[in-house]
Amino acid sequence: MTPAIELDGVSFAYGGGPPVLRGVDLRVERGEFVAVAGPNGGGKTTLLRVILGLERPAEGRALLFGEPAHAFSRRSTLGYLAQRAQLGTDAPATVREVVAAGRLASGGLLGPLRRRDRAIVDDALARVGLAELASRPLRTLSGGQQQRAFIAKALAAEPSLLVLDEPTTGVDAEAQEALAALLDRLHRELQVTVVYVSHEFGAVERFVERLVLVRGEIVFDGPPSALPEVWHDPSHAHA
Amino acid sequence: MRLAFASAAVVGLLAPAVGFFLVQRRMSLIGDGIGHVAFAGVALGYLLGIAPVVTALVAALAGAVAIEWLRARRHTAGDQALALVFYTGIAAGVVVVSAAGALDVDLFAFLFGSILTVTRGDLALVGVLGLGGLGAIALLYRALASAVIDEEGARVAGVPIAALNVAVAALAAVTVAVSMRIVGILLIAALMVLPVIAASRVAWSMRSNLLIAMGIGLAAALAGLTVAYYADMPPGGTIVLFAAGAFLATSAAEAARAR
Repeated sequence: MTPAIELDGVSFAYGGGPPVLRGVDLRVERGEFVAVAGPNGGGKTTLLRVILGLERPAEGRALLFGEPAHAFSRRSTLGYLAQRAQLGTDAPATVREVVAAGRLASGGLLGPLRRRDRAIVDDALARVGLAELASRPLRTLSGGQQQRAFIAKALAAEPSLLVLDEPTTGVDAEAQEALAALLDRLHRELQVTVVYVSHEFGAVERFVERLVLVRGEIVFDGPPSALPEVWHDPSHAHA
Repeated sequence: MRLAFASAAVVGLLAPAVGFFLVQRRMSLIGDGIGHVAFAGVALGYLLGIAPVVTALVAALAGAVAIEWLRARRHTAGDQALALVFYTGIAAGVVVVSAAGALDVDLFAFLFGSILTVTRGDLALVGVLGLGGLGAIALLYRALASAVIDEEGARVAGVPIAALNVAVAALAAVTVAVSMRIVGILLIAALMVLPVIAASRVAWSMRSNLLIAMGIGLAAALAGLTVAYYADMPPGGTIVLFAAGAFLATSAAEAARAR
């Protein structure tokens, strides 16, 4: 079976600047839960953008489920939680409206959501424990609850690949633990491939099968238990 | 007068409905930019002897697409794209107006709105374009609202964001063209934006924000037109002052609720 993600010798630079990624090889099998960590400025978000086909590598190739990532034909099955996901509007969007936005690509652009789509939205709300708060404006929820709403939005796409960029930024330690446990449960229940990007991975370390450290290139790739002590804080100055 | 009221009702519903998506995308002033290009279109209509509403619509659409093109393709910041189109439009309008020798009362009716100049032909055009615009919003509401909530996520999922942005800009252009007889080119942007901001003070969801804004727009258009008629005042200014008054009212309601 083709892997979910396959990067071969990927290098990338923005607008003729210094390389952000150098010779990255990465293979993520379907159903894996992988944490990608590294210091700020180490190329994590760029790596994600290459994986998602938003940037094309200067060298090498990036494949999603066997297809070139930039021309991936089933984009509606990509669930994406952007860095510091927040409402792109000042309007008082309810939790349900936010989650329903996740059905846009797969539910069609025109007209209201169909019954099946609404059921999927309800299911996503229930999975993250926000069914009771569905009618509340998102901005009245705590940071952790808001992140859960955005995770539900990503789930509403019924994703084959769930990509989360710094999902715990701005939430307290307790909420980080809860989010990590939620992602672990969703991964097991839905058998979805999860790529979790963070500059620190403490909360998710217990749940992931594999940890990838990025500093312009991949400097570690393996189970968290095999991580040398020197790397345990990926933001430190050790090279 | 009945023609003016019917036109005002369409404009009062359409302007905030389109403005809702402009405000959410933090492009509140795009209506002003497009309005100034429409002014050049009106002037061109006088110069060429074509119905000014038609030339204004064509110019407004061209301006709207230019703003989106500058933003999306040329990576120009939103306010810079707006400034480019805004000032080019008004400059072209002044030059063409001068060439056409059309600096007269008729032109001022387009700039500030005029009740008495609304004809059956105007009403038919306002009706067709206005109801068409409202129909398009009803059809595209979910897509436009979802893209506003998380544009990057929608882009990753393959949603044609650029096409949706052009659709919003085109709707703004249509709104300017159908509204200029009632509210006037200089104030149409206000009717697109003020009811939305007023509604956001008391709305409990995106959908309620849109619907309350349309209600405020309709009420302001009809009340403003009535007062303008009996007090012999310019309709555009009166309508917009009612919309501004709605903001004060909803802000007071919000404050009262918070206590």
